[in-house]
Amino acid sequence: MFEFDTVTVSRSLTAMTLLFHAIFATLGVGVPVLVSIAEFIGIKKKDPHYTLLARRWTRGYTITVAVGVVTGTAIGLQLSLIWPSFMQIAGNVIALPLFMETFAFFFEAIFLGIYLYTWDRFKNPIYHWFLSIPVVIGGTLSAFFITTVNSFMNTPQGFELEDGRFTSVDPLAAMFNPATPTKVFHVISSSYLTAAAVLAGIAAFIILVKKGSLYHKKALKLTVMATFLFAILTAVAGDLSAKFLAEYQPEKLAAGEWHFESEEGADLVVFGTLNEDNEVENAIRIPNALSFLAYGDFNAEVEGLNETPEEERPPLWIHYMFDFMVSIGFYTLGISFLFLVFWKMKKWNEFNKWLLWGIALTGPLTMLAIEFGWIYAEVGRQPWILRGFMTVAEGATTSPYVFEMFVLFAVVYLVLGIGCLLTLRKIFKGRPAELELEHRYPQTAAASKEDDA
Amino acid sequence: MSYELIGITVLWFFLYGYLIVASIDFGAGFFAYYARMTKKDHIMNQLISRYLSPVWEVTNVFFVFFFVGLVGFFPDTAYYYGQSLLIPGSIAIVLIAIRGSFYAFESYGSKDNAFYMFLYGATGLLIPASLSTALTISEGGFIEETANGVQLLYRELLTSPYSWSVVFLAIVSVLYISAMFLAYYANRAGDEPALELVRKYALFWSSPTIIASLTTFIALSQQNYDHYESALDLWWVFGISVAFFMIAVFLVYQGKYYGWAFVSVMFQFLFAFFGYGASHLPYILRPFITISSGVTNETMAISLIVVFIAGLCLLIPSLILLMRLFLFDADYVKGKK
Repeated sequence: MFEFDTVTVSRSLTAMTLLFHAIFATLGVGVPVLVSIAEFIGIKKKDPHYTLLARRWTRGYTITVAVGVVTGTAIGLQLSLIWPSFMQIAGNVIALPLFMETFAFFFEAIFLGIYLYTWDRFKNPIYHWFLSIPVVIGGTLSAFFITTVNSFMNTPQGFELEDGRFTSVDPLAAMFNPATPTKVFHVISSSYLTAAAVLAGIAAFIILVKKGSLYHKKALKLTVMATFLFAILTAVAGDLSAKFLAEYQPEKLAAGEWHFESEEGADLVVFGTLNEDNEVENAIRIPNALSFLAYGDFNAEVEGLNETPEEERPPLWIHYMFDFMVSIGFYTLGISFLFLVFWKMKKWNEFNKWLLWGIALTGPLTMLAIEFGWIYAEVGRQPWILRGFMTVAEGATTSPYVFEMFVLFAVVYLVLGIGCLLTLRKIFKGRPAELELEHRYPQTAAASKEDDA
Repeated sequence: MSYELIGITVLWFFLYGYLIVASIDFGAGFFAYYARMTKKDHIMNQLISRYLSPVWEVTNVFFVFFFVGLVGFFPDTAYYYGQSLLIPGSIAIVLIAIRGSFYAFESYGSKDNAFYMFLYGATGLLIPASLSTALTISEGGFIEETANGVQLLYRELLTSPYSWSVVFLAIVSVLYISAMFLAYYANRAGDEPALELVRKYALFWSSPTIIASLTTFIALSQQNYDHYESALDLWWVFGISVAFFMIAVFLVYQGKYYGWAFVSVMFQFLFAFFGYGASHLPYILRPFITISSGVTNETMAISLIVVFIAGLCLLIPSLILLMRLFLFDADYVKGKK
């Protein structure tokens, strides 16, 4: 009983840290891409609007990246503090990507520092833009390396297990395990998507409530375009991930889909409820779609959850996580496509109120989808910490103080979250883009005022 | 050289790197707070924020690098340190989190907040104190292994003269290293009032630093006589360290060659730190982990070393660029850019 409690609390503490970190990590990977694009357009088109956009995004980004760095440090240490037995065993196999991740992080940290403090130091602005490249590369590589570690936990390989110790270790085989390609693709594309959607959401919101200027309209067009492109990429990545699951982790897909009996031509179950006998009620059923999702063939046989021993099954509530994630993904794809259609059709007004509200919503929604997706991915491999080798209960610490640490970190994340919001507010409140434009680029400011009028 | 020895040397270098860059950072926090209390903050703040803002993240990475590398090369450390350091480790994370994030928050106007300045100063002293616990327990005698896992013996830890002398040494060296660096930086910036102030700090903290080093040595002989004896075998290494200490203090006292003074400080700690580390071997955590028992498998160790070399080829030019743009760019240091 006592041990069970420690394990539950250890899981909750790790979940809390990761869910909080995921918000900032996702922005950390995605925002530099958009900053770099905006700065590049600004230089090429000689349009200070875009340069200012890059500048202001960067200013906000500094704050989120700081929280990302400290929560990332926290999870790095917590891995060993909360899961000591797991790290002792798995450390022999996953040390390489963890180590490489810190290199990528180091690289990013150095160039982010330089990028932030050298906006006006070069005569030719392209030199400053060059500095954004290593930041983008570092952030994306960090995501890549750390995702390979998570992939390894889902489909461990590259070692042999003898008497509780790993032998014949092949670090590269462990890194490039079957889960790696789809997971990395999905994590990186969805991070880019979320960052684009959050920035698009902010632009749409400002146009709605403050009647934004030309600057905001340009920002919106750029970010919605990016949202649309990254949403397509993410959808492709999601489809590939489902096919991967069907082959390598059928129990995760089956639990996510409430697919109990193995059958050919399996239906896709959307939302709904389960009754006491685990029968699906009130759901929308899309005939044969699960077979298509899993194998690209409407009549393929999909393995059901009943094939998995009962004590190795993930909880069934992850179905909702899967459904929410996918619904938000399609919503974002749809609404950004609609905006682009309105924009290209000269007669229609792409800045109509309903469309803008729809876009504004994608910001918080995509961030939620990130959280839902991670919960689905992580809870979906319960009860394993290393699928097939070590359960979560075997990996946890035996220290009796985990609960106190949970409370301590809950307070810290609350303070960090509030501090982050307050600081962001402080930065942008009372310093609207128009004023800054006037201050830095008076000519452009005058020109855009005429345009607005 | 065997790969476990390469591994521990690499890691020790990174810990040393962290010791230097983090000390500058942590000490600066304390001085900034102290200057505010004594109404001299206008002299100090500009100096500190110009150097620290671009590099705080890099400082943090040195630390992450060390612990990820340690667990990578010696996975057993994850088990023993992880089990026993849950509380001190978590406290250190919290302090680092407060400090790191408030750094960024600070750039946008919380600088005038007295409570924030207090946190900034206090974390600067508490982080080294909490991190030094890891070094203290490595001497053995502070943790026990039972059927229920590994436990830290808090009573032993809190009543040990050795653990307190390590904490004291950590704090005073932080202040000493930081003041020495700030003196160098103020001199480069041509900031006379700041230089005068931090030069005083540097000279003031030099004597507790050397005294604490001696008392820690004596406490070590009580705590772990074997380690003390192997340290005595390396007496010349510690002798060189003391010589560099004297050069550094002499130069600052003369008010000349601040750059060389800081280089001497770096050598002083380099020798002391490596002397300590070398005499600690073959144990990483007495008596549970030695470098040969705890090391990872050969393939992993070799690939870590390969990645490490490749990573350095990327990092060293980047770090040089960072330093040229901020630390050694005379105009930037003087506040013109």
